[in-house]
Amino acid sequence: MNNKSIIETQYYTFAEPPGEVPLKCGQKLGPITQAYETYGELNADKSNAILVFHALTGDAHAAGYHKGADKPGWWDNMIGSGKAFDTDKYFVICANVLGSCKGTTGPASIDPKTKKPYALTYPMVTIEDMTLVQKYLIDHLGIEKLLCCVGGSMGGLLALKWTIMFPDAAHSAILIATNYRHTAQQIALHEVARQAIISDPHWNNGNYYGGALPATGLSLSRMIAHITYMSEESMEKKFGRKLQDKETVGYDFKTDFEVESYLKYRGSSFVDRFDANSYLYLSKALDYFDLCEGRKLSDVLSPIEAKFLIITFSSDWLYPSYQSRELVRALKTNDVDVSYLEIESNYGHDAFLVETESQARLISSYLKRVWKERVI
Amino acid sequence: MKKRLDYDVIMDLIKPNSRVLDLGCGDGELLALLKDKKDCHGTGIEIDEKAIYECMDKEVTVLQGDIDSSLQDYSDKRFDYVILNESVQQILNPETVIMESLRVGKRVIVGIPNFCHTSSRIQVALFGKVPITKWLPYKWYNTPNLRFLSLKDFRQFCQDKGITIEKERFLRTTGEISLWPNLLAHHGVFLLKKE
Repeated sequence: MNNKSIIETQYYTFAEPPGEVPLKCGQKLGPITQAYETYGELNADKSNAILVFHALTGDAHAAGYHKGADKPGWWDNMIGSGKAFDTDKYFVICANVLGSCKGTTGPASIDPKTKKPYALTYPMVTIEDMTLVQKYLIDHLGIEKLLCCVGGSMGGLLALKWTIMFPDAAHSAILIATNYRHTAQQIALHEVARQAIISDPHWNNGNYYGGALPATGLSLSRMIAHITYMSEESMEKKFGRKLQDKETVGYDFKTDFEVESYLKYRGSSFVDRFDANSYLYLSKALDYFDLCEGRKLSDVLSPIEAKFLIITFSSDWLYPSYQSRELVRALKTNDVDVSYLEIESNYGHDAFLVETESQARLISSYLKRVWKERVI
Repeated sequence: MKKRLDYDVIMDLIKPNSRVLDLGCGDGELLALLKDKKDCHGTGIEIDEKAIYECMDKEVTVLQGDIDSSLQDYSDKRFDYVILNESVQQILNPETVIMESLRVGKRVIVGIPNFCHTSSRIQVALFGKVPITKWLPYKWYNTPNLRFLSLKDFRQFCQDKGITIEKERFLRTTGEISLWPNLLAHHGVFLLKKE
C-alpha cells in the first residue's frame, strides 16, 4: 500500500429474514449490511488478519484515500506500508459499527418492510450486538482467528468484548483509552448530548428524514463531546483566551473567543457528516455497556485466551487510566498475559488519535511478538 | 552493551521453562535473555515510561506500575521465580515486598549492592564522608536509593524472617568471589525460599 493508495468501501449483506440476528434487547434485526474496508493482503493460511474497531463517530474508512478525496482515513498514520499496522505484513479490516450511519445498517437506513427509514423503530443495539455482527463479517471473509483485534475509546470496548464472546477467535487484543463499563460521569455527559438533540424541535421524535435536520441539537451535542476529548491543558495551550478575528471583546453574545469559534465549527461540520438518531443510539449503547452486570470483573474475564496490550493517556479524563488499570489488575489475577502503559500526554482523550509516534512504537513491537508467538 | 555479571549469575540460578516476574525490570534485558536462552515466560514491572518502550521492543511482557503495589493481584506461588535485582534498595516497603514476593513466587532472587564494601568503609572511617564509589556513584541529595544495607544485614533479615537462603553468590568487577564477601563484594545475589 503506497501513500496515496485508493481504497473502496465494500459491503456485506446478511441476516435476510427469516435469518435475522437476535439482539440483546430481545428484538431481531435483518437484513444487515455492513460497510467495511480492507488494507493489505490476507495470507494463504489466513493468519495475518487484524480487526480494527472504530470509535463512536468513526467509520470503516480507517486508511488510504477514497477516490478524489484529499483526506485519508481516520487512522491512516497507523495503518499502511511500513506503519505500525504494516500492510506489507498484515491484512487489516475495519467495519462500520451496527447502528452507525456510515454504510452499515442504522436508524437512517431504509427498513425493507416499510420502505421508510427505521428512525426510532430501529432496535436498541448494544456493544455486544455490534461485536457479534462483525463476527459474521470475519466468518464471511473466511478468517477463523484474528492475529489481533484493536480499538480505541468505544472501539476498545468492542475489542474487549470480542475476546470474551469469541475467546478462540483472536491471538491478541490492543485496547486504547477505553474501559470496561461506562461510569456515571460518562453517562451524564452523554445524556446532556442526547437531550440537546431530543430538545431540538426538528428532531420530531426521530422522524426528520427528508425534512429539516435537528442541526442545532446535534451540533450542540458535538460541542459538548469535543470538550470531553480535550484536557484543560491542551485547551489552554491551543486557545488560551485568544479572541476570534477581533482585537477586543464585543460585550455581546456573538463569538468572542477562539475556543467558542472552534467548538461551533466542530459542531456544525458534524451535522454534515453524522446522523442525529445514530448518535442517540450509539451513545446509549455505550452507556448500557457494563461488562460486569453485577458479576465480579475477574469472573467475567475468565473465558479470555488472548494476550493484551492496554494503553492509556495521563490527561484523559473521559476514559481515565484508573479504569483500564482495574481491568489490568483483573487480567493479572486471571493469569492473562497483559502489558500496560500510561503514556504521558497533554492531549486528553484526543491523545488516542494524536500521540501516534509512541503508540506506533508500542504496537509495531507488540504485533511482531504476537506474530512470532501465534499458534497456527 | 556492557556485560552484566549479575545477569549471568541470575540466569544461572533460574531453571529453563520457568515463569518469572521481574520487579523493576528496567529496559527488559534480563527478561529478554531469560526468554531467548532459557525459554522462560516472563513479566516485568517497571515505572519508567521510556524503559517500557524498550521492553516492548525486546518483545517482553511489561506492566507499568509501582513495585510496592504490583503483587497483590497475583495468587500464591504463581511464579517459579520473582526477581528483585537492584531494586530492593529503592522501594518504599522492602520488607512487605520481599514477603509478598515469597508468597507469589516459589523462589525469590534478590540482588543488592553492598553498602559496606571496603572502599565505602574507608571513606566513612578515614574521611568521615558518606561513601561514593564506582558502584554507588550518587550523592546524598540525588541518590535513588532509599535503603542502605550490607550483605550481612540482608542475611540477618532473612534469618529474622524465617527465610531460607538456598544459594548466595557474590560479585566484584572482575568476577565472582566467595571469600569475605561483606568486605570485598560489590553485589550479592541471594536465592530465597519460604515454605
